[in-house]
Amino acid sequence: MRDSVWKILRFLRPLIAVSAGLAAGLLVTALAGENPLHVLAILGRSAFGSRYDFGMTLFYATPLIFTGLSVALAFHAGLFNIGAEGQLTLGALAAATVGICFPGVPAVIAPFLAGLAAFAAGALWGAIPGWLRARRGSHEVINTIMMNFIAVGLSSWVTLYLLKNPDSQNPETQAVAPSYLIKHLDFFGDAPLSIALFVALAAVVAIWIFLSKSTRGFELRSVGQSEGAARAAGISVGRMQILAMALAGGLAGLVGVSEVLGNATRFKVGFSPEYGFMGIAVALLGRSRPLGVLGAALLFGALHKGTADLDMETENITRDLSLILQGLVILSVAADGLWAWLDRRRSP
Amino acid sequence: MIELKALRKVFGAVVANADVSLKIERGSIHAIIGENGAGKSTAMKMLYGIYPPDSGEIFVEGRLCHWRSPRDAIAAGIGMVHQHFMLAAPYSVFENIVLGVEPLWPAQRQAMREKIKALSAQYGLAVDLDAKIEDLPVGIQQRVEILKLLYQNARILIFDEPTAVLTPQEARNLFANLKKLKSEGKTCILITHKLKEVMEASDQVTIFRAGAVVGEVKTSETSVDELASLMVGRKVSLRAERGAFEAKNVAGGGSKETGPVLRVKNLSLKSSLRDLSFEIAPGEIVGIAGIEGNGQSELLQVLLHPKEYHKKMSGEVSWLGVPSLSGSKTLSNSEIRALGVGCVPEDRHQEAVLLKRPALESFLLGFQRRSRFKKSVFIDSSRLAQAAAEAFESFDIRPRDPALEMSKFSGGNQQKLVIAREFEFSPRALIAAHPTRGVDVGAIEFIHAQILKARAKGLGVLLVSSELDEILALSDRVLVIYEGRIVGEFKHEEFSTGQVTEMDLGRCMTGVAK
Amino acid sequence: MKKLFLNGVGWVSLFAWVCGGALAQEYKVGLILDKGGKDDKSFNSAAFRGATQAKSDLKIFLKYVEATDDNAFETLTRSFAQKDFDLIIGIGVSQAEAIKKVSAQFPSKKFVIVDAEVKAPNVRALLFEEHEGSFLVGAIAAMMSQSGTLGFIGGMDIPLIRRFEMGYVAGAKKINPKVKVISNYVGISGDAWNNPAKGKELAVSQYGAGADIIFAPAGASNLGVFDAAEEKKKFAIGVDSNQNWIKPGYILTSMLKRVDHAVFAAIEDGVKGKFTSGTQRFGLANQGIDYAVDQYNEKLLTPKVRADAEKIKAEIVAGKIKVPDFYLKK
Repeated sequence: MRDSVWKILRFLRPLIAVSAGLAAGLLVTALAGENPLHVLAILGRSAFGSRYDFGMTLFYATPLIFTGLSVALAFHAGLFNIGAEGQLTLGALAAATVGICFPGVPAVIAPFLAGLAAFAAGALWGAIPGWLRARRGSHEVINTIMMNFIAVGLSSWVTLYLLKNPDSQNPETQAVAPSYLIKHLDFFGDAPLSIALFVALAAVVAIWIFLSKSTRGFELRSVGQSEGAARAAGISVGRMQILAMALAGGLAGLVGVSEVLGNATRFKVGFSPEYGFMGIAVALLGRSRPLGVLGAALLFGALHKGTADLDMETENITRDLSLILQGLVILSVAADGLWAWLDRRRSP
Repeated sequence: MIELKALRKVFGAVVANADVSLKIERGSIHAIIGENGAGKSTAMKMLYGIYPPDSGEIFVEGRLCHWRSPRDAIAAGIGMVHQHFMLAAPYSVFENIVLGVEPLWPAQRQAMREKIKALSAQYGLAVDLDAKIEDLPVGIQQRVEILKLLYQNARILIFDEPTAVLTPQEARNLFANLKKLKSEGKTCILITHKLKEVMEASDQVTIFRAGAVVGEVKTSETSVDELASLMVGRKVSLRAERGAFEAKNVAGGGSKETGPVLRVKNLSLKSSLRDLSFEIAPGEIVGIAGIEGNGQSELLQVLLHPKEYHKKMSGEVSWLGVPSLSGSKTLSNSEIRALGVGCVPEDRHQEAVLLKRPALESFLLGFQRRSRFKKSVFIDSSRLAQAAAEAFESFDIRPRDPALEMSKFSGGNQQKLVIAREFEFSPRALIAAHPTRGVDVGAIEFIHAQILKARAKGLGVLLVSSELDEILALSDRVLVIYEGRIVGEFKHEEFSTGQVTEMDLGRCMTGVAK
Repeated sequence: MKKLFLNGVGWVSLFAWVCGGALAQEYKVGLILDKGGKDDKSFNSAAFRGATQAKSDLKIFLKYVEATDDNAFETLTRSFAQKDFDLIIGIGVSQAEAIKKVSAQFPSKKFVIVDAEVKAPNVRALLFEEHEGSFLVGAIAAMMSQSGTLGFIGGMDIPLIRRFEMGYVAGAKKINPKVKVISNYVGISGDAWNNPAKGKELAVSQYGAGADIIFAPAGASNLGVFDAAEEKKKFAIGVDSNQNWIKPGYILTSMLKRVDHAVFAAIEDGVKGKFTSGTQRFGLANQGIDYAVDQYNEKLLTPKVRADAEKIKAEIVAGKIKVPDFYLKK
C-alpha cells in the first residue's frame, strides 16, 4: 500500500518539484506586495491567454526543446553538455551564412540546406569537446564552456567583418535570401512561430526512438550507464562520447532553424536569452526523457514569456523578480537530489 | 544479546525476509550464512538501521529498538564493517577514525590519539595512525574500519563478507583479531558464504535460505558438508565432478576446432607482464593461479583490448587463429568478441552489467550487433525478450523477471545472467575472470557445471581466479603467475594423483620455488 | 548618497502617482527599455530619467518594462498598445522593427523611437547629432592638449561610435591640423559596453603612448578610462550623461546627449496634444547635444577655451562649420 503511494509520488516527482518552486516564487512575489493568485493568473493568461500568447510560449519553447534534447542526450552518454549555448550560436550563424552566401538556391531545398548547415555547425562544435574528452581525457564541462567563449568571438567576428548588415547599428548579419525562410504559423497571429516547432517535435520523436529502440542508442546509453561495462562489451566508449556530443551539438544547432529561418531572417549577435543554459534545467526537469523535455520546454517557454508580462502587468514585479521566480523553479528541480536520496533509503 | 523477532521486509515483488527470528549471544562469534539473495544481508541491514523492517521487532540487550537510521544503531553500540570499506582514501588513518568527531584543539587531538593507540594495543590491531588509507593494503584498511567502530564504542560488530577482498594470510589475521575481540567481550556477527571460514572462526551458525532462517547450529557440532546442504537444501559437491563432463559424456561433445583457441607468444607489457607464452587448445581449461596483483588483470586487459595497449606491449597474440596482436596490427575488442570470444569480466558491477537498467539490457550488452537481436538499425525486442526468457529459465536466474532492474538481483543471479549472456552465442573461447566471486555455493556449482559442459563441446577457457579451489577443480592445466612471469605449469593429473600438493603450488605462487 | 537621492525621487514620484491615480483620464506612457535596463548609468538611464521627470512634472501615468531578449520587444510593445496606453516609447535601435510593425497595427496610438528612424504617421523618431558634440569636445581637447596627441576609446565598433570618432578627429584637426589621435575600440560585441577593465587597459596604453586627453564613448566601459586618467594624472572626456562628477579634476568635460530632454519633450507634446510624427533631430542648435560645464570642471577649462568653444558651437549651429558625418560618408 505504502509502496504504491510511493510509486505515484515518484512518478509525480517532477511535477511536485515544479509546484514547490512555483510556490516559493509566488511567496517571494507576495513579499514584494503582489497578490500571488493575481500573479498566477497573469502567468496563466500570459502563457495561454490568446492565440498570440500561446504562440509566443511555443516560440520560446521551440529552441528550449532543441537545447533540452541536446543536454538530455549528452546526459544519456554520461556527459554534461554545458556548451549548448555555443553550439546554437554557431548553428544559427551557419544557417545565416548559407542563406546569405547562396541566394540562388531554390526554395524547395534551401531551408533543408540551411538546416543541415545549422546541424553540422552545432555538431562540429559539440564533437570537438567530445573528441577532447574521448581521446585526451579533458573534461567536457570545461571544454564546452571554453567553446562557448570561442563561439561568441567567432560569431561576432563573422557578423561584423564578413556579413554585416550595412543598414543597421545592431551587430547582425544581412538577411538570408527569401527562399530560405520557412513557413510562419499564421494561426498564432503575430507570434513569430514557424514550422520549426514541428522540426522540434520531430526531433523529440526521433531522439526517443533513437534512445529506446535503436542499437546505436542502446550502445550510447550503455556508455552513460557504465563505461567499464560498455568497454568490456566491445563498444568503443570514445566513439560513443564523440557521437553523443556531436548529436547534442547538432540538436542545439537546430535552434538556428527556428531563429534564423523562422524568425529573425538573420543572425543577430546575442539573440539567445541563454537558451543553452535554460536547456540544462529543461533536461533536468524532463529527467532526460524526450517527452519530459518537451513538457519542461513548454513550461520554461511559458515562464519566460510570463517574465515580460509580469513586468508589464504588475506594479512591483520587475524583470529581475520574475527571473527569481524562474530561478526558484530551476532550483527546486535541481533539489530533486533530495528525492533521489529518500528513494534510495527505501529500496536495496 | 541480540534478538530478532519475526522480521519481514519486502522490496517490490521480492520478499527479502519472510519471517526471520534469531538470537545472538553476547561475546560470541556468530556466523550468518546463506546463498546470495537468501536474505542474510537484508536482515543485518535492518539490525543496523539501514532499512526499517515492514514488521517484526529488534531487541538489543533486552530493549526494543526502533532505528530511524544507522546513526541510532551506532549510538546503541552496533557497528558494521561493510564489504566495500567506507574510508576516505586520501586521508590518514587517524583522520578516518575520528571522521565526524574531529578534534578541535591539539590537546584533544592528543587525547584521541592516545585512546586509539590504547584500543589498538588492547585488541591487537596494530596500525600506523599517520599512514594514508590509499597507501595501505586492504587487510590493514579493514583493521582501520574495526578500530573506527571500537572508537565509536561499538559492542556488536557486523562484518559483511569480510574476507571477500582479503588474501588468505590477511584472512587468517582477521580471524585472529575476531577471537581477540571476542575475548574482550565484543559480539561479532559474520555474514559470509565461505564455509571453511565459518568452521574456522565462528561459535554459532545461523543458516538462511529463501528469506527465512532454516537452521541454527553450534559450529563445534557441524561440518562443512552439513552447512552446505542446509544452505542449498540438498547435498552439494564442492569439487566439481569433472568426470561427468568429459567430452564423451556430454551430448554434442567433442571438439571440431583444430588449432589453439588462444595463442600467446612472448607477450610483454611495460613492467607488468614479462615474456608470456602459452596456448589454449579447444576443450581445454587453462587456469592462471597467482596472488592477486601479479599481472592477472593486465593479462586479461591486453588480451581483450590490444588496441588500447599496443604501444606499450610487444609479442604476438592470436585468437582462434586470427592474429589480434602482431607487430603494429591489432584487433579491437569488438572484433575479438565477434570472432567468438566470450568474456566474464573481473568486476561484475563495473564491467559486466548495467545496474540501473532492466536486466534485459545487461543480457543484450555486447551482443546488440548480432543479427539475431537486430532489425535493421533497431533492437529486435521481441526476439530479445524471448531469448532472455529462455536464458532465465535455463540458467535458473531468479527472480524470473528480465524487466527488473539489474541491481535488484542478488550477486549470484547477476553472475548467472552474465554467464548466460556469454554462452548465448556459443563462444569458442572464453575468458572467465573470477567467475564465482561473490557467488553463493549453489550458483558456484551451477556455473562450474556450465563451464565444464561448454568445455566438453570444445570451448577453450582461460580461467583467472583468486580461489585456488576453483582453479584446481576446473583446470586442465594450471599456469602460475608471479610478478608478471609464468613461473610454473602443472597438469590436472599431477594434482589428482597427489604428485603436486597445494603447498607446492602456494610456494610457487609466492615466488619461493618453481 | 546618489542612491539615496534616487530613492527619494522614486518615493516622491510614487506618491505623485498615488495622488494622481485618483484623477480620471491621466495620460498613460509605456516605456520599453533595452536589455541594459534602467540602471545602465548611460543611455537607458537617461531615457528613464526623462520619463520619471515627466511623471512628476506632468502627472502622467508611467509604466516601464525592461526587455529580456530581442524577441520580447514586439510582445511588450503590443501589450502596451492593446491596453489603454497613449504613448509608447522604445529606447534603442534594436526596437526599430518592433515599433515599425506594431505602430502600423495600432494607428491610433502614438509611438516614439530613440536612435533609429521609423517613418510612419504615428511615430516620432528621436535622432541625435552625436558628431556635432564630438567635434566640439575634439576641439576643446586639442586646445587643452600639451602633447599634441589625443586618445579615443569607443565601446562597440558600430557606425554610431564611428560617427563620434569622425567628429572628434575633425574637431581636433580644426584646432591643430598636426594633432595625432590614437583610436581603439573595447570590442565588437555587446559586452564592449560593460568592460571597464578593458577600457582601463586601453586608456593606460594610450596615455603611455603620449595621449593626454581621451574621449570615451564606451558605455560603462568608460569608468575604467576615468580610473586610468586619475591614476596617470591625465584627462578624460565623458559622454551621454554629465559624468564630470565621477572623477572631479580628471574629467575635462562631458559630451551631453540629452535623451532625457528629448523623451521628456515627446511626453510633454503628447500630454498637450501637440504630438507630431516624423524625425526630430537633436543637435547643438536645440541643446539636444551639448558639452557640460559645472562646478567640477569649471576650473579646468580656461575662460579662453570656453569662449573659443562657444564660438565654434555658434559656427556649427550657423552652418559655417560643416562637421563630417560618418552616416553620410558611405
